[in-house]
Amino acid sequence: MTTTNDLAGALGGTAPSRTTQVPRRSRTVPARRAAAPWAFLAPAIVLFVAFLAAPILYSLYLSFRTEKVSGLGLGPGSRTEVWNGLTNYTSALADPEFLASVGRVGMYGLVVVPVMLGSALLFALLLDARRSRARRFSRIAIFLPYAVPAVISSLLWGFLYLPGVSPFYWVFDQLGWDVPSLFSNRLVLFAVANIAVWGGVGFNMVVIYTALKAIPSELYEAAELDGASQVGIALRVKIPIVLPSIIMTFVFSMIATLQVFAEPTTLRPLSNTISTTWTPLMKVYRDAFTRGDLYSASATSVIIAVATFVLSLGFLRLVQSRAFGQENNR
Amino acid sequence: MSVRASTRPSIIATAILVLGALYCLLPVAWVVVASTKSAGELFSTLTFLPSTHLLDNIAELVAYRDGLFWRWMANTALYAGVGGALSAIVSAMAGYALAKYQFAGKAAVFNVLLAGVLVPGVVLAIPQYLMLAQVELTNTYWAVLLPSIISPYGIYLARIYAAAAVPDEVVEAARTDGAGELRTFAQVAVPMMLPGLVTVFLFQFVAIWNNFMLPYIMLGDDRLFPITVGLSGLLNQGASQPAMYTLVITGALLSVIPLVALFLLLQRFWQVDLAAGAVKA
Repeated sequence: MTTTNDLAGALGGTAPSRTTQVPRRSRTVPARRAAAPWAFLAPAIVLFVAFLAAPILYSLYLSFRTEKVSGLGLGPGSRTEVWNGLTNYTSALADPEFLASVGRVGMYGLVVVPVMLGSALLFALLLDARRSRARRFSRIAIFLPYAVPAVISSLLWGFLYLPGVSPFYWVFDQLGWDVPSLFSNRLVLFAVANIAVWGGVGFNMVVIYTALKAIPSELYEAAELDGASQVGIALRVKIPIVLPSIIMTFVFSMIATLQVFAEPTTLRPLSNTISTTWTPLMKVYRDAFTRGDLYSASATSVIIAVATFVLSLGFLRLVQSRAFGQENNR
Repeated sequence: MSVRASTRPSIIATAILVLGALYCLLPVAWVVVASTKSAGELFSTLTFLPSTHLLDNIAELVAYRDGLFWRWMANTALYAGVGGALSAIVSAMAGYALAKYQFAGKAAVFNVLLAGVLVPGVVLAIPQYLMLAQVELTNTYWAVLLPSIISPYGIYLARIYAAAAVPDEVVEAARTDGAGELRTFAQVAVPMMLPGLVTVFLFQFVAIWNNFMLPYIMLGDDRLFPITVGLSGLLNQGASQPAMYTLVITGALLSVIPLVALFLLLQRFWQVDLAAGAVKA
């Protein structure tokens, strides 16, 4: 069974071994000690309020406002902020550009999340399997892209997609085949998805691999003696045990997918198929900072946030009781 | 079936792993080769055929606008290093308080902080910009640094580390010896939590290094840019001046080296248990 001590061990920490016998103190705690946790929490709470809670409320507020222009909107005071009710929301939800970007990101997520997590799980199981070789090399190599920021990896792959640079085009050329451009309307989604998979597979592999290593070997030694195959053990013993880790990687991947921004933004100068509203987040950026319409941009961002919340909370509910209550029920 | 049979090397398993590794190394290998090519060779010679212009390219990059590239690298180190360190300290304090004290409102505080994990950066970007603009902090180092310190996930991890690595008995003993709450934390708990705190630091370091949207929105002055925003801008110019492409590629190579080195050196800290404590047989 995996307890928190195993985690400390897995992290290379000193598992607590010395237990000092002290008489239990009486229940009355000094006032200073009662204030201590709040003092420790103060910096986190202040920063949380200033940079998370307040911005969310401000965003909500802005999303119900709009700018009213009187006259030609030129002189000072000709633009005033007024309440706009739900209009920003209804127009955002009816905006074909927004709907198209949502559809695109939905498709993108359907490609990225299963491919990335499927390969991450496969690689993790293979790293954990005794019969694989080149494990150390592969683990480091597959994890390496996590050290490369999304902008840089988009830039590298972006060049590799260019017909003048790409080795794939050269191979196809030699064979006399005609290859469609990776930046064509049909394929650009996969081109961006590949960058996300490349950047994320190693991290998720390490998460799942860490969970796999925590499984005590007695759990599957018996099955091994009974002649169960390695694949059978992986499917029937290992995967069910690391399921909570897989669910967590799923939630985090989904959140990241809905927010895709850096990759397509970086690729834009190399391709004319990526519009300024290619993903919902790019549309928020365009509306807010290119068009200066903070109000509808806020409404759009709130819609994305709510969608993220609803989707990820559903999955988190599944693991919450097990994942987050650990030191309370020891 | 004997145990020996089950440890026989499997060609298929090894081949899949090695293929995965090669896929992940492909762009890295390419950028190493491409940075040795001159602007003309980039689009004309074979992809993986190295050339001899690496030093020229580096010299050109260093000379670009009086060493702006190094400034971007230094800025990135500042944002990610200082931001990550502050984040680890704030997370350690909060995580310790949540793991080692019983107090009214503890569950509520933890749940609210944890909900922050799910908040997408997108709802924060615009209001953070407007709020920092009101106190005239946009387009300064603070605009990127301050919002990067709070890390709900870091607090969640720190709570787990504190619960796992700091036994209640040790905290009690320190108190019995007359140590104050702050001293108990700083001199007893922090050393025990240290390996976990390094992981929190690394997580936040990479998150800040990776965060493109925040500096992209907050900064206008390119002398404040981190490397990611700087290179992205150079790539934009490349559309009209292809000579910029060699600068971008050489810059990408040089900027990746320190992070890759950091990764290889600190490998043992990269053991991530997202659902820590969840596996209870």
